[in-house]
Amino acid sequence: MSNIKQFTKGLLKENPTFVLVLGTCPTLAVTTAAMNGIGMGLATTFVLVFSNLFVALLKNVIPDKVRIAAFIVVIATFVTIVDLVMKAFTPDLYKTLGIFIPLIVVNCIILGRAEAFAQKNSIYHSVLDGLGMGFGFTLAITLMGSIREILGNGSIFDIRLMSQEATTILIFILPPGAFLTYGYLIAIMNRIKAKYNI
Amino acid sequence: MAKLESSFKNMILSLTLISVGMSAALGFVYNLTKGPIEIAQKQKEVQALKEVLPEFDNDPTAGLKSQEGLNYYTATRSGEIVGYAVNTYTDKGFSGRFTLMVGFKPDGTINEISVLDQKETPGLGTKMKEPKFKDQFPGKNPAQFKLKVKKDGGQIDAITAATISSRAFCDAVQRAYDGYTVYCTESDTLQKTDAEVADSTAFQVKGGNQ
Repeated sequence: MSNIKQFTKGLLKENPTFVLVLGTCPTLAVTTAAMNGIGMGLATTFVLVFSNLFVALLKNVIPDKVRIAAFIVVIATFVTIVDLVMKAFTPDLYKTLGIFIPLIVVNCIILGRAEAFAQKNSIYHSVLDGLGMGFGFTLAITLMGSIREILGNGSIFDIRLMSQEATTILIFILPPGAFLTYGYLIAIMNRIKAKYNI
Repeated sequence: MAKLESSFKNMILSLTLISVGMSAALGFVYNLTKGPIEIAQKQKEVQALKEVLPEFDNDPTAGLKSQEGLNYYTATRSGEIVGYAVNTYTDKGFSGRFTLMVGFKPDGTINEISVLDQKETPGLGTKMKEPKFKDQFPGKNPAQFKLKVKKDGGQIDAITAATISSRAFCDAVQRAYDGYTVYCTESDTLQKTDAEVADSTAFQVKGGNQ
């Protein structure tokens, strides 16, 4: 596979959210607003790139039987770094994402990519893979966040589209709305993929 | 380099080295961000104080008093007390604890309220930050004004579909007011012993508010 494909496969063909269906917990939980999607997506991308980089770097000194433990140590370190840095420099975003940042540790996308890709591939390809998967995830959950915010709250990125008094479809910002949106988006993605043979 | 064999020695060595390396990196970042985190939190506090208090010219964070988990700030202007702010909390929120900054005028009227930290459901509980709900409080004196949602026999219109958050909000403001009547009404009350404090609380419950 060419270098550029290592990056682009995460955006559509192997999109972690819609095709691999990994990391559904943050996908369903934080996408109540578009801004949350971007923040969560970028934080995950950062962790993903660095965990892929380090796993690819250390793959030969990690014995097979303790690899999962070693990966988790690497991932947890970068999550804590993101947590501290966001707390220090973007306190407002940190306030909205709150408890979801530490939960990046258990996001399947990260461990999944370390296990399925980074430990078998070169450092360069692993970083590209991390970037692609991260951006694919960011795009997907920002899209979900936008849809849910518009339908459920009548706003996007906190900019009001409808008056405060207007009735919105509240269910879309409640948990059932997350499943509804997710289901429809996967269906649409499958349709597009079938039509254009991606 | 070939992959290391999974022998006992290799496993312990590699895990230990990775953990040590990662801990060192974490320690480094912790030291780097410690200062900025403190500054960011202080800024947040000062910002909230400016929002909830009438104009003041002292530094309320300097004369901070802490009692039972609540923080009390006194604001003065050219030596005269213009208001008090209470950093209050509630554990009755829909998603656990949230904190508010409540500003009082010297006569006990609520001046303004600012939401500091909350994890309520976006689009429902978070509406407590919007004027439609929040503006029901300023200008009211909890001595006469019942800090409860209408469902519970009070005078506050709850947020649609977020009664629990509205109740919790009232609970936090009530806690601020209770603390305010005990610790802020007389400037020297902080020297009171615990027993006296308990006494004055009992008085509040039985005799109503002054």
